[in-house]
Amino acid sequence: MSAADAPTVKRPFFRRKKTCPFTGPNAPEIDWKNTRLLGRYISERGKIIPSRITAVSQKKQRELAKAIKRARYMGLLPYVQHDTDQGQSRGRR
Amino acid sequence: MPYYETVFIARQDLTETQVKDMTENFSKIITDAKGKVHKTEFWGLKSFAYRINKARKGHYVLVELETEPAALHEMERQMRLHEDVVRFLTIRLEELTEGPSVMMDKGDKDDRKDRNRKDKKEAA
Repeated sequence: MSAADAPTVKRPFFRRKKTCPFTGPNAPEIDWKNTRLLGRYISERGKIIPSRITAVSQKKQRELAKAIKRARYMGLLPYVQHDTDQGQSRGRR
Repeated sequence: MPYYETVFIARQDLTETQVKDMTENFSKIITDAKGKVHKTEFWGLKSFAYRINKARKGHYVLVELETEPAALHEMERQMRLHEDVVRFLTIRLEELTEGPSVMMDKGDKDDRKDRNRKDKKEAA
């Protein structure tokens, strides 16, 4: 009984089902040269954001990770980004 | 013959003509081996996201090739030996790309909306 009417119960926290941003008709193509697109999938620190947050599908996440790594190698994206990196004293301490 | 795209970074203190000459030399290796150079793009002097060999900037050049692997390896060998090449990356392509790459049309559209835009390709 309770299992049958469970879907009709209004849940306080309704989470919209997220869909993969790289799937569907007008989905952008993952290209390592497109730094503006890839830049959305790295954190402030420069780390790749997990797909559970960005809802990228597994297949596309692998592709994305590869593209980000390529862009990093070519100096288009940072490996690490420091919050206090304004060109002042670094490497001290 | 398979397709490849090669992007290389030339040292920042070179002039644009020097970079063009370099690119021509590399392209020649391919064309001499009966390969084809389908596209050459000069992205210009771009800043790196981090310092590479103590440099902060470099000239980026992209070439799209159709060649036998042997000629490509020779070109890569030359790049490795060339002092003015900071870095290069070659990727095999399934097919040739159409039109200029994303690097060429930067800065004129709001990309947060491109998921919903049907005219994305035309606008680019």
